Amino acid sequence: MPSTVHTFDAVVVGAGGAGLRAAVELSRQGLRIAVISKLYPTRSHTGAAQGGIAAPLGNVEEDRWEWYAFDTVKGSDYLGDQDAIEILARESVDAIIELEHMGFPFNRTPDGRIDQRRFGGHTREYGQGPVRRACYAADRTGHMILQTLFQQCVKHEVHFFNEFQVLDLVVRDGRVAGVVAYELATGELHGFSARAVLFATGGYGRIFKITSNAHSLTGDGLAIAWRRGVPLEDMEFYQFHPTGIYKMGILLSEAARGEGAILRNDKGERFMERYAPTLKDLAARDVVSRAIHQEIREGRGIGGRDFVHLDFRHLGREVLEKKLPDVTEFVRTYLGLDPAEDLVPIQPTAHYGMGGIPTDVDGRVVLDERNTPLPGFYAAGEAACVSVHGANRLGTNSLVDLVVFGRRAGRHMATFVRESDGVPWPSDAIAEVADRLESLRRRREGQSAAEIREALQTTMMRHASVFRTKESLERARQDVAELKERYQRVRVSDPSRRYNTELLETVELGYLLDVAEAVVVSALNRTESRGAHWREDYPRRDDATWLKHTLLYRGEDGDHRIAYKPVVITHFQPQERKY
Amino acid sequence: MRVKIHVRRFNPEQDPAPYWAHYEVDVEPTDRLLDALHEIKWRIDGSLSFRRSCAHGICGSDAMLVNGVNRLACKVLIKDLGPEIRVEPIRGLPVLRDLIVDMEPFFEAYRAVKPYLIVDEEQLPEREQLQSPEERERFDDTTKCILCAACTTSCPIFWANGRYFGPAAIVAAHRFIFDSRDQGAAERLAILDSRDGVWRCRTIFNCTDACPRGIQVTRAIQEVKQAIVSNRLRGDGRATGARAPDRAADRLRAQ
Repeated sequence: MPSTVHTFDAVVVGAGGAGLRAAVELSRQGLRIAVISKLYPTRSHTGAAQGGIAAPLGNVEEDRWEWYAFDTVKGSDYLGDQDAIEILARESVDAIIELEHMGFPFNRTPDGRIDQRRFGGHTREYGQGPVRRACYAADRTGHMILQTLFQQCVKHEVHFFNEFQVLDLVVRDGRVAGVVAYELATGELHGFSARAVLFATGGYGRIFKITSNAHSLTGDGLAIAWRRGVPLEDMEFYQFHPTGIYKMGILLSEAARGEGAILRNDKGERFMERYAPTLKDLAARDVVSRAIHQEIREGRGIGGRDFVHLDFRHLGREVLEKKLPDVTEFVRTYLGLDPAEDLVPIQPTAHYGMGGIPTDVDGRVVLDERNTPLPGFYAAGEAACVSVHGANRLGTNSLVDLVVFGRRAGRHMATFVRESDGVPWPSDAIAEVADRLESLRRRREGQSAAEIREALQTTMMRHASVFRTKESLERARQDVAELKERYQRVRVSDPSRRYNTELLETVELGYLLDVAEAVVVSALNRTESRGAHWREDYPRRDDATWLKHTLLYRGEDGDHRIAYKPVVITHFQPQERKY
Repeated sequence: MRVKIHVRRFNPEQDPAPYWAHYEVDVEPTDRLLDALHEIKWRIDGSLSFRRSCAHGICGSDAMLVNGVNRLACKVLIKDLGPEIRVEPIRGLPVLRDLIVDMEPFFEAYRAVKPYLIVDEEQLPEREQLQSPEERERFDDTTKCILCAACTTSCPIFWANGRYFGPAAIVAAHRFIFDSRDQGAAERLAILDSRDGVWRCRTIFNCTDACPRGIQVTRAIQEVKQAIVSNRLRGDGRATGARAPDRAADRLRAQ
């Protein structure tokens, strides 16, 4: 198999918000860097984020970073690390101003400043009522972040390797030496020798059947790191966004409820009043998603079925067209409905993994509860777990996370690269990967990746989503183990080298299976309910036992090791969580 | 419902020439064309190659020529296409395999128009630069672009002359030329006032029809042409047509 080795100071894997923000930082500092993406950069899923990016600018009403930090801690169900959350809340202001300076087209107030809107879980004075904190560009905020950062990369002439799938992290003598990637256009393998590597590979929503996530979100970075001995942190916490289009999972932004849209059950009741008397429809996502499922279970889904309605009708056409144009268009295109007149059928949709590759506040990947770094290895964005989101992420905070911690990772990498002498590229790094890939391609008997993937998504949706029990999770674990067994015999029917997307999907399925296993094992282990992890057999939060992060280390044949890391608590002691 | 899907296929590794492949699949009328293509790839023929990612019209991966017009496969429903559907790669860019084309010439044109905010970084305020809602509205339409290439590859001028910048690159330039914060309009107008620039546009409106984001592409191109002309008339190198003469932000700052 033909192959090439490239040498760079630093390599960024993934070209979404976190990767591009880090790339801008690295190239501004004059480093020779490469960005490797399995897509064209502007296809990354950051572009699908809609509603807003939080910062306590106080442009339309009083706001303070302390209130924002408190909301994030409370939203995390007290599992977020408060040192990291303080950084997020404080640096969000500077990060947003910086985006504006880069050209981000924020919506504006009448006096020309960045406009702000309400969002779930964001409050004034420590929970007294909603606050306007989310900066936005209509309902395409993520699209504008992705475009703006890509534009900056064009300006700084960042070197992109588009449609390159990363297959391995090269580690030698406890240090990172680079990555191995597969060029989709040619089928060639490429080595990237680098002193520092950032994984900004995004999420893994495709382990579930109903998801807002792109087809490409298959947990690649997490699985690759896990296979190389890096633990995965807090994988039991997976967020379901309350409002996905029924059956399709397409996201309808929380900005809809921020602008005043209301959830209604079969009787037309505004049921969130019962579950969250203060914030109602703008309670945190885990709370709203569970409430929707509860309504459905008690027979108050629409027509007794498994969805409820989102009601935009009182907002008026002007708000829909000016502030929610994309949401309006999604409803028109995919449901053939007009949100100004029709009730919109929605159901919770798999949206965001709070867990991921454990890092410190500078994006350094850490290997244990003592925060021992793996020198040269960094992670940021959804792939990483800092942890600012804890057990449940607040709306807007994924975008804040990208720009705040993408920038911090880039800065730390730049310093690291200057001070480190680099690891020699191991001559056997590519051969190992080539063997695995060739055996996949050569196998002529077996099942298709599509069949196995479908079974995985079905079982994860049924047994490991919003409500979980020991029985359901054990069932999921057994199913995943069986699917991994079947994956050993998976068959790729397409023998071509050029754009073999079937081979790519098969590789991705391997990542999905590993990540799904990590989710299920972590969820089975945590015998409490906290944030997005809801165990019906353990319906209470148990701070005495479980106020700690899970670190899951991969073992052979499903024999994984679990360790724990304490939660960093600075200002906010755990309290009962009510909205 | 059962639909027939005819796909223009070509793998240069093994096929002497492009050919039509025919498939029949069972899909829901409300399914996306992308769902039908997945149905083929996942159940009938794994070798069918196409790009896709978000599946809801926001990432711009899956522009294709569908029944003769450019569409995103994830943003067009089966019921709107009828029982027989012809799917081909977008035109004017080299086909690499099946529905996958070489996007490099497209992005090269994009990069050439300096698609980033040009400001004097020394002069930036500590907080945000001010911009009135009206100034922000001025370039709102062209910020929606997802770089899917549906517009550029629907343009007969681009088909005939691949060196034409094409609608998408001009849309990218427009987004900055008409941004009150930007100081690079003159540079961009000079780039587009060239042999392969805006004057190639014959206002055929294919681009506007093709845009899955509803951008008024032809209008944006016309506005760039007008800005070049008024710029020439003034002869001072400033992009006069690009800015409202009465700048709301100046008024705001003066207050």
